[in-house]
Amino acid sequence: MAAPKKGRRAPAGQGHPGRTLILVLLAMAGLIGGMFYSGTLTPRLGIDLAGGTSFTLQAENMPGKPNAINETNMKTAADIMDRRVNGLGVSETEVQTQGTNHIIVNIPRGTNAKQARQQVGTTAQLGFRPVLTTTVGTKTPEPKPSPSQSGKNAKGKGGEQAGSQQHASSSATPGAKPTTQGRAVTDSLKKAPSAKPTPSGSAKPSTPPAPGGDQIPPALQKRLNALDCSTKQGRAAAGEQAAATKPSDPVVACNTEGTQKYVLGPVGVEGTDVKGAKAVFDSQQGQGWIVQMDFTSDGGKKFADITGKLATKAPPQNQFAIVLDGAVVSDPRVSERLNGGNATISGGFTQQSAQDLGNMLSYGALPLSFKIVDETTVTAALGGEQLHAGLIAGAIGLGLVVIYLVAYYRGLALVALASLCVSAILTYALMTLLGPAIQFALNLPAVCGAIVAIGITADSFIVYFERIRDEIREGRTLRPAVERGWPRARRTILVSDFVSFLAAAVLFIVTVGKVQGFAFTLGLTTLLDVVVVFCFTKPLMTLLARRKFFADGHSWSGLDPKRLGAKPPLRRRRTAPTQTKEA
Amino acid sequence: MSKLGSIGARLYRGEVGYDFIGKRKIWYGISILITITAIVGLAVRGLNMGIEFSGGAVFSTPKTSVSTAEAQAQAQSASGGHQAVVQKLGDGALRIQIGGLDTQQAVPVQEQLAKELKIPVKDVNTQLVGPSWGEEIANKAWLGLGIFMVLVVLYLAIAFEWRMALAALIALIHDLTITVGVYALVGFEVTPGTVIGLLTILGYSLYDTVVVFDSLKEASKDITKQTRFTYSEIANRSINGTLVRSINTTVVALLPVAGLLFVGGGLLGAGMLNDISLALFVGLAAGAYSSIFIATPLVTDLKNREPEMKALAKRVKAKRAAAAAKAASQEDAQEAPEGAADGEDGPAVVGPRHQPAARNRGRGRPSGKRR
Repeated sequence: MAAPKKGRRAPAGQGHPGRTLILVLLAMAGLIGGMFYSGTLTPRLGIDLAGGTSFTLQAENMPGKPNAINETNMKTAADIMDRRVNGLGVSETEVQTQGTNHIIVNIPRGTNAKQARQQVGTTAQLGFRPVLTTTVGTKTPEPKPSPSQSGKNAKGKGGEQAGSQQHASSSATPGAKPTTQGRAVTDSLKKAPSAKPTPSGSAKPSTPPAPGGDQIPPALQKRLNALDCSTKQGRAAAGEQAAATKPSDPVVACNTEGTQKYVLGPVGVEGTDVKGAKAVFDSQQGQGWIVQMDFTSDGGKKFADITGKLATKAPPQNQFAIVLDGAVVSDPRVSERLNGGNATISGGFTQQSAQDLGNMLSYGALPLSFKIVDETTVTAALGGEQLHAGLIAGAIGLGLVVIYLVAYYRGLALVALASLCVSAILTYALMTLLGPAIQFALNLPAVCGAIVAIGITADSFIVYFERIRDEIREGRTLRPAVERGWPRARRTILVSDFVSFLAAAVLFIVTVGKVQGFAFTLGLTTLLDVVVVFCFTKPLMTLLARRKFFADGHSWSGLDPKRLGAKPPLRRRRTAPTQTKEA
Repeated sequence: MSKLGSIGARLYRGEVGYDFIGKRKIWYGISILITITAIVGLAVRGLNMGIEFSGGAVFSTPKTSVSTAEAQAQAQSASGGHQAVVQKLGDGALRIQIGGLDTQQAVPVQEQLAKELKIPVKDVNTQLVGPSWGEEIANKAWLGLGIFMVLVVLYLAIAFEWRMALAALIALIHDLTITVGVYALVGFEVTPGTVIGLLTILGYSLYDTVVVFDSLKEASKDITKQTRFTYSEIANRSINGTLVRSINTTVVALLPVAGLLFVGGGLLGAGMLNDISLALFVGLAAGAYSSIFIATPLVTDLKNREPEMKALAKRVKAKRAAAAAKAASQEDAQEAPEGAADGEDGPAVVGPRHQPAARNRGRGRPSGKRR
C-alpha cells in the first residue's frame, strides 16, 4: 500500500546522518586528544595484569563500638592507610574503599609487600596507658625487679618507632610549642629512654589492676618476668593478648622492637579521644621532628588528668605508653600537666619515625579494626602473561566474529566492523581516561567483560540488519527499508541493552572485588553500544543506502533481494496473498 | 550464506518453520529432565568450591623442575600438615593450593615453600583468601542476583506484561540451574570467575528472551481484532521469525567466549579467563535454548488461559471449520476481505504453506496506522 510513499517520506525523517557521523568522529577525536593531552595512552592496569600485591581488608567494629562502620570512618581509614603505605616510599600504591566495609590496597610490583602487609595489617587499637614498670625485653630468669628501680639506665633501644631517647634525666624539658591550632598551651612530652634492665614477666590482663599503684601485683610481675619480647612470636603473642585486654585492666606489653617490656596501667586516654596527629618539623625550637596531637574536648580533659598525675611521679612512672594493638609504640615522659587539648611529643625522632607515630596516632582515632581477608600477589611475569592471554583471546574472539559476520552479511559486515571499531576505540579511550579520573584499573575480569561485550555489541547490528533484510523481503527497496526497519530495531536494542545494563549496574553496586571490575566494563560497553548504534551505525546505514552498491543489492552487499528471497515484483505475486495489502 | 539467507527468508515468510509451540510439551519434558538431573547432581555431588570460597592459599611458581609429588610433600610439610593440591600447568609451572590456611599463617608457608622449591620468594604468585572473604563474595553475588531478578521482573512486567516477566524469570532460573548443575556433575571448580560468568548469563539469557518477546508483543498487538490465528500460532511465528537472529546472536556471543575458553584453557592452563568463559559457554547455550523452547511457549500457555484468548481460539476454529466446508475455489474470496478488513496477513506455520509470514502483521501495522 503505502510503500512508495514511505520511500519518499523516509529520507525526510532521517535527519542529517552526515552531521551525526561527524559528531561521533569529533567525539572520538576529542577523547583521543584527551588521552594525549593527559599523557595517558594506555589504561591503568590492575595488579593481576601489571604484577604487584593487592590486599583486601575488611573493617570490623571494635568491641563496644557498634555502628562505627560508616562512610566517613572508612574514608579516613583509607586515607590513613594510604599515607602509611605511601610512606613506604611506594608511589603508585592506591587505597580505595569498596562496598561498605572493605578497603582495597593495591601495591605495584617492586614494592616490599611484606612491609606493606605489616603496615596495612596493623589494626588500630590505640590507648595511652601509664607505665608502671619497664625492663629489657628478654625473658627474665629471676623474678623480681622492683618497679622503682627501673627508671634508671636507659638502654637505648633503637626502635624506629619509638625513636631514640635523648635524655635520661627525670625531668623533662618542656618544650612548649605552639600547636598548629595556635593554642597556647602545650607541652612537651619527651620520649623516655626506654630501656631498663630488669626482669621480665608476662602479665596478662585479667589480673588485678594496679591502677595508679606503685606496687606491681605479683601476678603481673610474674607475667612480666615470663614475657619474652626478643622473638617475633613472643611479641606477636603478647600483642594479641594485650590487645584483647579490657582497657580498664593493666597489661604487660612489649615495645614494637622487642627491646623493652612493660607493665602498664589501665588506659587513661583512648585512641578515639585523639582528634588528629601529625609529624611536623620544628624549626623554631630546634627540636627536629616532633609529633603533634590534638585531643577531643573530652580527651583533652582526660589527658590533662593523666599527665597531671604522671608528672609528679618518679621515673619510670612518669612515662606513659602509647599502645597500639598491644604493642608499645612510644613511651614519652611527662614533665608537667598538659592542659589545652593538645600536646607534642619530641625527642630524637627522625622524619620517618615521627610520621609513623603520627599516622598511628591518627589511625587509632578510628573505632575500627581491619583484617586482611584477601591477599593476591602476582609477579610481573604472570601479570604480563595474563595480559597477553587476554589480548590474544580478544583478538581470536574478534577475528571469529568478523569472519562470521563477513560470511553471513557480506557488505553489511563492513558497517558492523566499522561500528565495532568505533565502539572499541571509544571503549579504549574511556577506559584510559577513567584510569586517572575514577581510579579505574583494567584487570583480568574487566578484560573478560570487554571481550564478552563484543558479542553484545555485534548483536545490536544483527538485530538491525535482520530488520532491514525483513523489510527488503517484503519488497521494499533499501532506503525505505533502512528507515522503516530502524524504529523497531531501535526499540528492541534499547530494551535488550537496558536489561543488560541493569544486570551490570546491579552487580556493580552490590558486589565487591573482581566482580565489580567485570560489571563496570560490561555496563560501560553496553552504554557505548547504544551510543554507537544510534549515532554511528544508523547514520552510516542511511548514507550507505544511497550508494549504488548497496541500494542495488549487489550480490556482495548482503542486501541482494534475490538472495534474501524477496522477488522484486513481489507485490504482484499471486502466490503471496500477503501482498494484497502491500499493493 | 545464500542458502542460510534463503532459509531466513522462508522462515520469515512462514514457508518453513518448526512448530515450537505445538511440540512444547516435549521440550518442557526435556528441560524438566535436565533440570532434575542438575538438581540431583547438585544435591549428590555438591559444588567443588575453590580456595577463594573456602579460604586458603594458592601459590603458583614459575617454571620449575620440581615434580608434582615432590612439591606436594614439601607444601604439606611447609604448611604443617594442611592438605595441598598441586597441579602442573602447561609450561612447567606449578600451582599449589593449600586449603584451610588463614592469611596470617600463609606468609611463613610461602617463604618456606619458596626456599624448599629453590625459587625466589618474589617470583611466587600468591593468593591468600580468608574464608570470610569468599563467603562475602558469594553472598553479595546472591544478593545481586536477587535484586536483579526483582528489578528485571518489574521491568518486563511494565515493558511487556507480567506473563512474559514470569516466563522470562522461569527461563532464567532454568539456565542458571543447568549451568550450576553442569558444574556439579562435571566437578569443575567454582571460583569468583565462575560467579562472574554465571552473573553475566543473567544479562545474556534475558537479552535473547527479550528480543523474542519484543517480536511477539508486536505481532500480537491487535490479536483480538482478527480471527485468523490463535495466540499460539502467532507466538510460533514470532519464534521462527526471530530464529535467524537468535542463532546469529548466539553464535556471535559464543565466538568470543570460545576464544577466551581456548586461550584460557590452552595457554594459561587455569585461571580467571577459563573460569569465566566456561560458565558463560554453558550458560549462553542454555540461554539460547530456553528463550526459544521454554520462555515463549510458557508465555503462550499462560496467555491461552485468558478468556479472551480462549474465545479467540474458538472463533478461529469456527472460522476454519467454516472455511474448510467451503469449496477450494472460494478460498480466495474469503481471504481477500479479511486482509482488507484488518490489514493483517501472516499465517501461522501450521497454516497452509503458501500463506504469508506472521511477521508481516507486525510490519503491516505501522502502515495500517498511517492510513
